[in-house]
Amino acid sequence: MSEWWTYSLTNFLLFSPRTYYRLFELTNADIWPLQLVTLALGLTIAFFMMRSQAWSGRAIAAILAALWLFVAWTYFLERYDTINWAARYFAIAFVLQAALLVWTGVIRNRLGFDPPPRWIGLALFLYALAIHPLIAPLAGRPITQAEIFGLAPDPTALATLGILLAAARPPPHLFAIPVLWCLITGLTLWTMESPEAPVAPLFALLTVAVAISEALAARRKMR
Amino acid sequence: MVPFTRRTFLGSLAASAIAPAAAAPAVLTRPIPSTGEAMPLVGLGSWITFNVGNDPVARASCTDVMRAFFAAGGRMIDSSPMYGSSQPVIGEGLKKIGATNVFSADKVWISSGTRGPAQIEASRAYWGVPKFDLLQVHNLLAWEEHLPALFAMKAAGRLRYVGITTSEGRRHGDFEKIMRAHPLDFVQLSYNILDREAEQRILPLARERRIAVIINRPFREGDLIKRIARKPLPLFAAEIGATSWAQLILKFIISHPAVTCVIPATTRVDHVRENVGAARDPLPDMAMRARIVQYVEKL
Repeated sequence: MSEWWTYSLTNFLLFSPRTYYRLFELTNADIWPLQLVTLALGLTIAFFMMRSQAWSGRAIAAILAALWLFVAWTYFLERYDTINWAARYFAIAFVLQAALLVWTGVIRNRLGFDPPPRWIGLALFLYALAIHPLIAPLAGRPITQAEIFGLAPDPTALATLGILLAAARPPPHLFAIPVLWCLITGLTLWTMESPEAPVAPLFALLTVAVAISEALAARRKMR
Repeated sequence: MVPFTRRTFLGSLAASAIAPAAAAPAVLTRPIPSTGEAMPLVGLGSWITFNVGNDPVARASCTDVMRAFFAAGGRMIDSSPMYGSSQPVIGEGLKKIGATNVFSADKVWISSGTRGPAQIEASRAYWGVPKFDLLQVHNLLAWEEHLPALFAMKAAGRLRYVGITTSEGRRHGDFEKIMRAHPLDFVQLSYNILDREAEQRILPLARERRIAVIINRPFREGDLIKRIARKPLPLFAAEIGATSWAQLILKFIISHPAVTCVIPATTRVDHVRENVGAARDPLPDMAMRARIVQYVEKL
């Protein structure tokens, strides 16, 4: 791309906000009542985090991996790809995150929880599950355009960050793709002048800050 | 170069003609210099507005916009493989409407010259037209490879016109060189009341080289309208029959004698009627153009 410095983010926005938010409405209509299933899976994850057992980490990683795959297929490939050619690359990233969750959490059992889970992680997870879908009506859009955990990428990424924050010694590589996605979605929403644009990036930065400070604190303890 | 003087201005306005349309109000046309074919001065862009994916409601709205566009007397619809789902949306609309008078303008946008023909064929299939009227090298991407292929298509009768595009003032130097070196039928670029760099060299060169000019982003993707919409429309707008800011902006653009067609994009039927309605007499003369610029620059 020549004269790249003359391009702004708006030059890369291929669609209108109305078209973008309709994607969620159409997805929600297509897969109803699967919303109830993903919300139930979310509550199950919360329960597993609260009442941690030896197999909790494996179960949570397996559920999360399935939901990341589901978002890659039903949202990115079925919907977003019809208006944004970059969606197929986002789908690949979501599949990769699912694979990492399976490898790290299910096969190697490296996603453990010490009861009680860290409150900040649990709070972020519950935000993604229960509050984030309300952004649509709060911003004046119909509730049918709600972005729901396990179906839309933003709450899925935020919930994953919450789970990682709640975990004991979370594997750092599991943070990368959810954080990156939060930054990408923030830029997209900011370009669309959407009021919720700062939400996902701020939570992602908060997650990174907390994760780094906890890792440093753990290292000091080991000394 | 042909200087943009009062004499050439009046001469070019005289060259504009009112095209009678059987079922639609007459709109002003200007001839495509390389053939003399009359082109309505306002066309329809599809950047962002027609990229609605597989949303059936939005697709139906786009068809309504196209139907209103043709009914008002419009002909040129412009798209690109870069515009997401715009091409299949246009194709679906054309099929539903049964439009026969469309002037199909599309682009080749791929960095590999060898993959250009396959992309063009995919675009043609999306549109559902036997052949494109106009193909342009989008943003000069791999133009050295694509232009010879487009000229070969034209020579073989598989394409009527060849062009190049740029937007927002990019690569005007290269643009000029290509305009001088190749027998282009069309160029496409950005030009509006506030972005008038093209008046200095590109538009005069287009007149000199007898190249038709398509103007994109007349409203700066809506920013220009947003910026001035709350300000009062000047009283002198009535003198040129402009009933809205959109019409005033479009009349300013198409009153430049080098301009063949402006391609505003919209999702609304009332807006497309308003846009095509700008292509009606009277158009601003040079003094009025200066007044428009002076007024808008002060806002």
